[in-house]
Amino acid sequence: METQNLPLDLLERLSNACAVSGDESEVRKIVLEAVQPLADEVRVDALGNVLAIKHAQSQPSLRVMLAAHMDEVGLMIVDEEEGGLYKFEIVGGIDPRQLPGKPVWVGKDHLPGVIGARPIHLTTPDERKSAIATESLRIDLGPEGSKKAKPGDRAVFATPFKSVGPSLMGKALDDRLGVATLIELLRQAPPHLEFQAAFTVQEEIGLRGARVAAYALNPDLAFVLDATPAHDLPTWDGSENTAYNTRLGRGPAIYVADGTTLSDPRLVRFLLRVADEHHLPYQIRQPGGGGTDAGAIHRQRTGIPSVSVSVPIRHAHSAVSIARIEDWANTLHLMTQALHALTPEILNMER
Amino acid sequence: MDNIKDFLKQLISLPGLSGYEAPVREAIAEAWRPWVDEITVSPLGSLHALRRGQGPEPRPRLLIATHMDAIGMMVSQIVDGFIRITEVGGVDARILPGQPVIVHGRRDLPGVILQPAPRLLPPHLGEKSAIDMEYLFVDTGLPAEEVNALVRVGDLVSFAQPPLELTGETLAGHSLDNRASVAALTVCLEELQRRQHVWDVWAVATAQEEETLGGGFTSPFSVRPDLAIAVDVTFARGPGVNSDYRAFGLGKGPVLGWGPNIHPALFKVFKNLAERLDIPHAVEVMPRHSGTDAFAMQVVAEGIPTMVVSLPLRYMHTPVEVISLKDIQRAGHLLAEFITSLEADFLEKIRWED
Amino acid sequence: MKDLIRKLVEAIGPSGYEQAIRELIKEEVAPYADEIRVDAMGNLIVRKGQKREGGLRIMTAAHMDEIGVIATHIEEDGFVRFTTIGGVRPHTCLGGRVQFVNGVRGVIGGEKLDSMERVHSFDRLFIDVGATSKEDCPVKVGDVAAFERPFLDLGKRLVAKSMDDRIACAVQIEALRRLQTTPHEVYFVFSTQEEVGTRGAATAAFGIDPELGLSVDVTLTGDTPKGMKMAVALGKGPAIKVRDSGMLADPRVVRWMVEMAEKAHIPYQLEVLEAGSTDARAIQLTRAGVISGCLSIPCRYIHSPSEMVDYDDVQNAVSLLVALLSQPVNLA
Repeated sequence: METQNLPLDLLERLSNACAVSGDESEVRKIVLEAVQPLADEVRVDALGNVLAIKHAQSQPSLRVMLAAHMDEVGLMIVDEEEGGLYKFEIVGGIDPRQLPGKPVWVGKDHLPGVIGARPIHLTTPDERKSAIATESLRIDLGPEGSKKAKPGDRAVFATPFKSVGPSLMGKALDDRLGVATLIELLRQAPPHLEFQAAFTVQEEIGLRGARVAAYALNPDLAFVLDATPAHDLPTWDGSENTAYNTRLGRGPAIYVADGTTLSDPRLVRFLLRVADEHHLPYQIRQPGGGGTDAGAIHRQRTGIPSVSVSVPIRHAHSAVSIARIEDWANTLHLMTQALHALTPEILNMER
Repeated sequence: MDNIKDFLKQLISLPGLSGYEAPVREAIAEAWRPWVDEITVSPLGSLHALRRGQGPEPRPRLLIATHMDAIGMMVSQIVDGFIRITEVGGVDARILPGQPVIVHGRRDLPGVILQPAPRLLPPHLGEKSAIDMEYLFVDTGLPAEEVNALVRVGDLVSFAQPPLELTGETLAGHSLDNRASVAALTVCLEELQRRQHVWDVWAVATAQEEETLGGGFTSPFSVRPDLAIAVDVTFARGPGVNSDYRAFGLGKGPVLGWGPNIHPALFKVFKNLAERLDIPHAVEVMPRHSGTDAFAMQVVAEGIPTMVVSLPLRYMHTPVEVISLKDIQRAGHLLAEFITSLEADFLEKIRWED
Repeated sequence: MKDLIRKLVEAIGPSGYEQAIRELIKEEVAPYADEIRVDAMGNLIVRKGQKREGGLRIMTAAHMDEIGVIATHIEEDGFVRFTTIGGVRPHTCLGGRVQFVNGVRGVIGGEKLDSMERVHSFDRLFIDVGATSKEDCPVKVGDVAAFERPFLDLGKRLVAKSMDDRIACAVQIEALRRLQTTPHEVYFVFSTQEEVGTRGAATAAFGIDPELGLSVDVTLTGDTPKGMKMAVALGKGPAIKVRDSGMLADPRVVRWMVEMAEKAHIPYQLEVLEAGSTDARAIQLTRAGVISGCLSIPCRYIHSPSEMVDYDDVQNAVSLLVALLSQPVNLA
């Protein structure tokens, strides 16, 4: 396994950047800087997606869209109270039980703040049986914090990225892992493909960026690079865990079905074949709910064959996610080999 | 428009439930016709009115969407001459008992919504229970045979309260969501008669917003505007919503939306404009879905920079919604000022600041 | 027509895996079609006629896919855990039989529950394919299956596991056969992935860009003991949809369908459905918008392994569809 070529520094910058859905500027800036030297065409569309195109060197070529979302789940300030306290709402799928007792970064300047909780001494045993209501929580910027933020500003968990042995920890590995992977794939784009990289916005609030990006790019087929939860923990009663979704260390997770997409079976078969040929580990993400940008992409125009490949991460949509470096490396490796092997023939096969 | 109040009263006195906007659409078309160059109707029934700009061709296009459909009810079943109903748009069944309505059968029939006596309801529904819509009936006072001859499944049922003027230049009635915004757009179109503008303006009264955002998805696809604005209502402070951050002062000016549905550069232009012109206004934070046609318009085709301008409204989705006429005038004026400020190269200012 | 219905309803074709049923329908329509194509989503698009004066480009859609299940995990002792494709309900699963797209058959069993009154949640159900271990289990994670149950002919009433929506596929095939002349360019679409959110019809409609869209699908009824409050009943004719929970039929289409039914003396019912929607929802919002409606076939016990329709309703649906497509459309 090669891990020395992984763009770890880039991932660190991406993971520490704040880009709550609808406010992706900080990540977009890093992406633009990285892709401008690599692509033939770069543009930012009406929603803020970055579309970077590397033209094919030969004809006939296959137009291949690769999408990774720039946005992350987070919070939005909706009201200011006295004394540097701010009311907020959740943007994207955060379990409210993840909020109490967390430091946060607020706004473009990453102002430090905290979300506290009532001292245990002042709570009753009965009260402690219920989750703490989000409505009762505030972001506290400190006693001099009034007017330092305003309604509409975004906030994220204040978790600096770090590398720990075989693992990576960060707040926004979903989906900065995909963003970093896509930048790397663009760097080594095979010359026989029309390579359409879409760094999308607003995935976490309804796959909205990918929808218009796919419409504009009008590709022949699409791959979505995302991160997906690994629930590979013990069950409460010690019985076999049959609902792990994915497992860390088992390789890239290939999607057959989720809540928004039934992957094109041709693309699934193709990825499995490439993985087998190159002796790369992989896992089928357990079919079920959830969704990726593929859910919007495959329904555009007259239909766009699509499949998703995710790096498994534990504790997605919380303050700290954990990924394995080897899973990321194998994902990058699989996608590199797949793009090399991809030809227009795939679309002539029976679906 | 000399008398926006009378026009709005006319608008809310016409039926036009989601999917069935024809009656109100015709009244809007008639009002707009003298001020626009072209009027068409979309396959879904949205009204598209084009007012050409004075700039050289090809001119950039602005689309302003105000949905014209209203909430109401529909006949789902007829039992012994009593009419069972289902909702069109979001109707809270708790406001229905005792409401006067019109059943749009083979002819319009007045009726009233009945809450059956407890002995006729399931035993689990106590005196403090809300009564679901499936247990309510519309009674037309007509014998069963006549009802069967005049009313069919699928016929519409609309609220029957006439408009009511309250103090402080406010108007109460049903369907002010969103006919009040249609009135604001009308104020804007009228003002444009006296002004120069470079851009083409597409004034659109959309269909089916309350059900599917149908007009919001389809009208921009045919118009392909460079920018789109949704004008809709938002919550006004009042009983039950006094300290909610989502509510704004009635009569305190239009409300500018901010959030993922809104292009931040467009928001800034509106905010600066309102400040420069001294138009009182507020900012509404919309963390996710704006709950307006802008949600649909933003993701049409290659994507469209969108903005939301709202009018505070009390008691939304009841038959006694309350709107301030002053807010309608101010919103219309703000839109007209925005349009006249648009220069040929304005799109270059609508950039993402990275 | 019953032979055709039997063939269609017994085929296996869960959403996203419609290959077998598509091949079957392709064979049936081939002699009558002017053009046949399959798009990227697997929709089978069958054109009949050319647009002539007074004609329109019309799309009618009946979905080929059915609800089903997909394997999520293979246990050490060979049991297959699964999740659903489309609106499967757990209380119709226990004791049922499934067939995987790769031919493997199995039965659905459940964990022991504390009380007989409870219903199994899906995570407490499993498929037994007769394997003794993970190693000899012929099913992998991601494999897809549909329910298996033979067609039942009760004379006037017909029962099958996939009346939703193979009965409409049969109606469309029969209408295509009987459609002698038409001023329209008619696209009979046998759509995919309806049960997971009208996905196939959306892309098919984008490609066809119709001026008028119809879906043909089943609808619920209110005619069973202590059932739901709904005006539609079996045997009173096909239903003309006014609305469902996902769309409002275009009032002009409703009026046109009613007029045509009355003119041809075909019994019909008006439908207001408060739960569920059809391909027409997707067609209506395509591109700049499409004038759309829906022809429904009343059906009891939808999304159970025994969905029941009335044979007269089915034949009347064919007659109405043929009548609608044979003449110029009046939407005034």
